[in-house]
Amino acid sequence: MKVGRVAGTVVSTIHIPVLDAHRLLLCDLDNLDGSRAGYTIAVDVVDAGVGDTVLILDEGSSARQILDLEWGAIRAVVVGIVDELVVDGEMRKID
Amino acid sequence: MQLGRVLGSVVATQKAPGLEGVRLLIVQPLDKAARAKGETLVAADAVSMAGPGELVYFVASREAAEALSDRFVPVDHAVVGIVDQLHLEVE
Repeated sequence: MKVGRVAGTVVSTIHIPVLDAHRLLLCDLDNLDGSRAGYTIAVDVVDAGVGDTVLILDEGSSARQILDLEWGAIRAVVVGIVDELVVDGEMRKID
Repeated sequence: MQLGRVLGSVVATQKAPGLEGVRLLIVQPLDKAARAKGETLVAADAVSMAGPGELVYFVASREAAEALSDRFVPVDHAVVGIVDQLHLEVE
């Protein structure tokens, strides 16, 4: 899993059927040294909002397990909203 | 999933088994501000209606094959949606 920050939402009417009824979040990925590691578009299952620090899963089989799918082209899922982050014994501020 | 811009399509008559009937698109990966980033790639079109110039999002790796109706298609990228709107916070 990766730590990231929700930067925005993606609105899409035309998509593959497994994406019906799922919110898509565009998340910046964090390197935890302050730098960014690109972004990913992930399915939201925790009702995360823009600005939230989140935990992102990027693996297909686990994504299908969470979404209760037998198959489907979904890999990235926002699986948690981060409350606290400690790196090298130092508590990170979560805004 | 990543954002991409459809640049065109690929037509190939002679294809590996499993690729028959799969629409192939040339896609330029983009950063979140929709600027080109990375090398262009060829992706299967799982929505069957993505055309040149369109802003799309695509999935990579094994999951790309799961986007198509025949799940054991040998593809590594697939366009799975067309973007209507991107709402990004101002940094």
